[in-house]
Amino acid sequence: MTNLATTQLGIGSAWAVYAVGALFVVGGAFGVVLQRNPVHCALSLVVTIFGIALLFINQGANFLAAVQIIVYGGAIVILFLFVIMLLGVDRKEPRVQQKLRSLTPVAIVVSLVALVELLVLSRVHYWANGATSTTESLSGPGSDVQKLGQTIFTGYLLPFEMTSALLVIAVVAAVVLVRRSTQVQGTSPRKAAPAARPGPRLPEGTPGKPAGLEQAPQPQSTGAKAAEPAAESEQPTGAAR
Amino acid sequence: MSVPGAWYLVLAACLFGIGATGLFVRRNILVMYMCIELMLNAVNLTFVTFSRMLNDIGGEDTVFFVLVVAAAEVVVGLGIIVAIYRRRSGATADDISSLKG
Repeated sequence: MTNLATTQLGIGSAWAVYAVGALFVVGGAFGVVLQRNPVHCALSLVVTIFGIALLFINQGANFLAAVQIIVYGGAIVILFLFVIMLLGVDRKEPRVQQKLRSLTPVAIVVSLVALVELLVLSRVHYWANGATSTTESLSGPGSDVQKLGQTIFTGYLLPFEMTSALLVIAVVAAVVLVRRSTQVQGTSPRKAAPAARPGPRLPEGTPGKPAGLEQAPQPQSTGAKAAEPAAESEQPTGAAR
Repeated sequence: MSVPGAWYLVLAACLFGIGATGLFVRRNILVMYMCIELMLNAVNLTFVTFSRMLNDIGGEDTVFFVLVVAAAEVVVGLGIIVAIYRRRSGATADDISSLKG
């Protein structure tokens, strides 16, 4: 019951599933690295995640494949797309604005060295020679969901509880990071215009402007905000693009 | 028997290499985060493969925890990115060099 897909499909179909999954994984990964629009990068990431889920199913990890698609494809990539649209960076980035362009070949060489090292290690024909089944056997009776649940709620109970604490910390951290603090950001406007509301503010430089203008328009943007406070509730101009 | 585990491990190594290359080459912070996700996925594939090869459920448990930590990491990281973009527009990784020694 563990290698469900492989036992039902047979050897040739297992190879076919592996080939399709590998094609998805490598193609999506190249898409993430090479495409210049961040939205296209996120969609290529979906392809890679789907390929990884295929390979999980091919190895009998059915529950993890479902969780992979739900968590990665359904939550993380959507979060990426939300942030891309929120920041208004969904356009092609120019290729010539890199300041450290001379480091790009060095980076590629370093990564290729690491990859070649891993592949040379793959020639060693004992990849896995550790002790088998230290936690619980994978090939026993019962589905993988059952065994995963049993080990998580018995042997890995403390790490499981710690992940819940970690998620709470992450939620609180996200709220604190993204929240617009009136004390931190409103120091100079409080002296200039005390009647400025501590509501949501427009971002201080729309993404279309060049970077040299980002210091200058701060007082005039607060003045414009005090003049027309109704415009604050509208959409930021950068996100509408 | 099904596909040998070494094939999956080589594929995971290639995926990790592609992700590391993208992390070094790309300057957009969001795309760099996506490359980190690629590397995490490569490690997840390695864990599941070793779990099958060693006949041990512990690898799949680890993948479960890696998924949770990756979700938390993405939430915090994207919060930081939003906070950075709010202060300066169009920031790439080259522009955020205030902590450079």
